[in-house]
Amino acid sequence: MNSSFANIKTITKRELGAYFSSPIAYVFIVIFLLLCGFFTFFVGGFFERREASLGLPFFEWHPWFYLFLVPAVGMRLWAEERRVGTLELLLTMPITAWQAIVGKFLASWLFLGLALLLTFPVVLTVNYLGHPDNGVIFTAYVGSWLMAGAYLAVSCITSALTRSQVVSFILSVVICLFLILAGFPPVINFLQQMANTHLVDLVTQFSVMTHFQGLQRGVLDSRDVLFFLSMIGFSLFTTSVILRTHRAG
Amino acid sequence: MIKVQNLAKVFGTKRAVDDISFTVERGEVLGFLGPNGAGKSTTMRMITGFLPPSAGKIAVGGYDIVDASIQARRLIGYLPENAPAYTDMTVHGFLTFCAEIRGLSGDARKRAVDKVVETCFLGAVLHQSVETLSKGYRHRTCFAQSIIHDPDVLVLDEPTDGLDPNQKHEVRQLIRRMGQTKAIIFSTHILEEVDAVCSRAIIIDRGRIVANGTPQELRQKSEWAGAVTIRVSGIDAATLSGKLSHLPTVKRTTILKEEATQVTARVFPKTNGNGTLASSVADLAKGWVVEELHTEEGRLDEVFHTITMPDTVREETK
Repeated sequence: MNSSFANIKTITKRELGAYFSSPIAYVFIVIFLLLCGFFTFFVGGFFERREASLGLPFFEWHPWFYLFLVPAVGMRLWAEERRVGTLELLLTMPITAWQAIVGKFLASWLFLGLALLLTFPVVLTVNYLGHPDNGVIFTAYVGSWLMAGAYLAVSCITSALTRSQVVSFILSVVICLFLILAGFPPVINFLQQMANTHLVDLVTQFSVMTHFQGLQRGVLDSRDVLFFLSMIGFSLFTTSVILRTHRAG
Repeated sequence: MIKVQNLAKVFGTKRAVDDISFTVERGEVLGFLGPNGAGKSTTMRMITGFLPPSAGKIAVGGYDIVDASIQARRLIGYLPENAPAYTDMTVHGFLTFCAEIRGLSGDARKRAVDKVVETCFLGAVLHQSVETLSKGYRHRTCFAQSIIHDPDVLVLDEPTDGLDPNQKHEVRQLIRRMGQTKAIIFSTHILEEVDAVCSRAIIIDRGRIVANGTPQELRQKSEWAGAVTIRVSGIDAATLSGKLSHLPTVKRTTILKEEATQVTARVFPKTNGNGTLASSVADLAKGWVVEELHTEEGRLDEVFHTITMPDTVREETK
């Protein structure tokens, strides 16, 4: 058990290093922060609202930012290994495929977490201007990070499917878009006209939107947390199956 | 150390590897020969645990590569084809990562990295990114990775590919030196390498083993093995060839070169490599002015060519 943690740590360290030794990390962080700032203060109308909360003006946009940004972070995870041939090196090392998968996923997830943490000036601002409920903000941050993890796990699957990072990116944007739209109010309204409520309920339960909304409001519901965690677990399992299938020929 | 039994790999409808069995013991260097697409790399990928076999068993140091994969993989150092390495890392970073994932830490890791850097002459590029390396250096970086944990078993897929002649020489020496204490399998297209390095060679073609033996034994399969070349003055080609052809052990005679005063001929024996042809030719040549007389050794390239030739070509040349 100890050695598997050591292996995961080694992989995670290498992957994190890879982000920061290339421009990806810096470009990503800068763009993410710019988007967050722009949408919170201009589009989200943070000041016009005159209320000390981040729910609507800030976290509301995260599902949409992640739609494009997370696949950009995740697309290289396996596609690049396959293209360069290092996959053969990695999977003949004395580590299990699971350790490699988890190690890689953790690295990207930690990286996304770091980008998210760097939005702290928004929290400082709202605290300076008023008295927000910091518990709600904390829960929303956790929710946002969990959601990013779910998107990322989907990107892991699409990245393992192909050698091409572009294909991986597009596929995972499309899948993530479905995950959003399944809980997007206009789509739900449309569905309600067509199908019965049970079916609509079922569909919306698969959406990241449905589960993020609670967390965004500060309600730490175990069902929502479980949804994101099980989505991550399932996607990583699928990734392992895909990697095994490639090799089985 | 390496035991391969009835190994097979099927991709779709293609049998890439078809019922291969062999063993490699410690102290042996096994050369893997064969045309492109013969199944060399596929076999090596199965031995290292990258591809699961479709049928058959592989044991490395007593551990089954499928059932006890991690234990088996610990014993193996592997240099994949085209020597892949993480392009976003420095040579030092890459080697440290490989040492770490092999379970080395602290001082032991530092020593292991220092040692392979010295063995593979990587000192000059240690802090350069792998992306910017020349092919030779990148190849040696990946080679360094394969020996960093001093493995008992080395699997090297074309270890000298893309190196300049000096580097090739270095790598061969290294393989031969390490072959004294390890079990090594390496694949190559270069036949002289087999002579220089291997204690045994296997030729595979279309997924099957078509020859297995020491380089010496393989050469014996050549038509050339035991052929005698003779250069004589003061006799014309027709007479020489006529007389030589009359020897009872001679299969056929060819005139290689005909000059004003000298003729060079080669005679092929009926049975390969029994070595008596030279003396009978010498007996016959008493009284001639013999400038040169020697027995040919078999040629590996010719053996390789005859046994791996596609059937269609073989038909045409008949």
